[in-house]
Amino acid sequence: MALTKLDQLYRAVILDHSQHPRRRGVLDKATTQIELKNPTCGDVIQVQLTVEDDKITDVRFDGSGCTISMASASMMTDTILNKSVDEALMLVNEFSEVVQGNKPEHEQALGDAMMLAGVSKFPARIKCATLSWKALEKALGSDGTGVDGQLTHD
Amino acid sequence: MTVPYEHLREDFKILQQHVNDEPLVYLDNAATTQKPEAVLKALETYYHTSNANVHRGVHTLAERATTQYEGAREKVRRFINAPSTAEVLFTRGTTTSLNWVARSLGDLIIEEGDEIVISFMEHHSNIIPWQQLAKRKGAKLKYIELTDDGKLDMDDAREKITEQTKIVSLVHVSNVLGVVNPIRELTDYVHDKGGVMVVDGAQAVPHMPVDVQALDADFYAFSGHKMMAPTGIGVLYGKRKWLEKMEPLEFGGEMIDFVELQDSTWKELPWKFEAGTPNIAGAIGLGAAIDYLENIGMREIMNHEQNLVAYLMPKLEEIEGLTLFGPKKASDRTGVISFNIDGVHPHDVATAMDMEGVAVRAGHHCAQPLMNYLNQPATARASFYLYNTVAEADKFVDALKATKEFFLHGLD
Ligand SMILES: Cc1ncc(COP(=O)(O)O)c(C=O)c1O
Repeated sequence: MALTKLDQLYRAVILDHSQHPRRRGVLDKATTQIELKNPTCGDVIQVQLTVEDDKITDVRFDGSGCTISMASASMMTDTILNKSVDEALMLVNEFSEVVQGNKPEHEQALGDAMMLAGVSKFPARIKCATLSWKALEKALGSDGTGVDGQLTHD
Repeated sequence: MTVPYEHLREDFKILQQHVNDEPLVYLDNAATTQKPEAVLKALETYYHTSNANVHRGVHTLAERATTQYEGAREKVRRFINAPSTAEVLFTRGTTTSLNWVARSLGDLIIEEGDEIVISFMEHHSNIIPWQQLAKRKGAKLKYIELTDDGKLDMDDAREKITEQTKIVSLVHVSNVLGVVNPIRELTDYVHDKGGVMVVDGAQAVPHMPVDVQALDADFYAFSGHKMMAPTGIGVLYGKRKWLEKMEPLEFGGEMIDFVELQDSTWKELPWKFEAGTPNIAGAIGLGAAIDYLENIGMREIMNHEQNLVAYLMPKLEEIEGLTLFGPKKASDRTGVISFNIDGVHPHDVATAMDMEGVAVRAGHHCAQPLMNYLNQPATARASFYLYNTVAEADKFVDALKATKEFFLHGLD
């Protein structure tokens, strides 16, 4: 039946991340945090970071959204933990290539997040996958706490 | 007459295709509807034989185009039983129609401290124009509450609508809940209090007989594209006593009588509101869509949708973990069914259903205040129309069950 095609998108790893998200919650002492919404679908995500000596030493996310956006957020925290700010920003760009169907240079560094490559065949869902990464990028680009943001329309 | 469904579907080529290797089941009719060959043919014939600008020329084509454009207006008038074509304005759609009323009527009658009343089940296009008006004038915008089964709370309506209420604007049929609101009863109440009644009929006119005189509404708005006509054409019906006092919102060609250097005079109704070259082909397409719908009969169309809903509801209620929004009784509603599966996000539902060839919508349906009111970030929505069959309803239920299984238990 046609639902088997869904396996391309919803790989077991993805379902696992969405059902058992890593680092979902709140940090006691975040150095930067952001909330980002996707107004077209009502998804909302908060990302908190502890950045010490230019390194991301801790990260949490929270929010509500579809399988893809929650799994992607969980994977994102795996990918960027203990990375430098520059590395993390580079990985945001790499991930954005992956979900558009392009091959990244640092496949290994992306880890589980590579599993979201299938999203490129579901154009309506690409934004779901990139929401948390956009939030991360904004958080890293901001200098403080409590910054509010909204995903802008392309 | 019963509708010859198998035959009828041949009128819609777009429905005869496969999507993701499955026969397309198009259930997003509340967003927009498909167009029958008769409508497409009317557009083609117009461009092949009669295309010209309207109200501007003495040559033969100009005369033909004008006759057909005004002929479409007369069809709309008859279709909604408006007293005269002077009260039938062509617009871009419901959104434009409601914006015109909020701007022009709002400027005419709203003053600081006045009240405007809408409800929690409104589409953004029947919220934001009133918000803007309220902000502009220092008026107060109030919302009528809903009952647990998704109807307007009539007790609350009677409380919110007061002598201070100048305008009440309500949806006839909700694009999320599918509920049909008791417009006549509300209109009488509003008039009693001295207010003006505006109705958003975007989801009503395509699906049931609508008689604006029987409803006694002061304004009634709808869109062509939701009733098998092309996009970009819609209607604003307004009572002459208001339209005559209201100022046009756009100025330019077509809408003037005499232009002098410092001032001008407007044409009579309805043309004073229709500045510039209008959507001539769109209006003619709307006329053709009305012919098509009338040939089947609006009561027949309403019955067909209610039969589908009555057939579906028990099957849907059987699915564990499925929440349905809006009234359960088929006679209270049209073929719009919003739902959520516990633990599965509506976007995932819509993607999965699409893999089964079933087109449903997921999101806030341009009704964010209603989503908040229902305490849902979003819902999935299937909306049926005339050309949808019982077999498609079955396919919808099967796809829904398979989707739920997939996300809750994975593929076997
Ligand atoms: C109830 C309701 N009102 C208004 C609208 C707006 O219609 P349109 O986008 O055609 O202007 C819609 C359609 O989306 C609707 O469903």
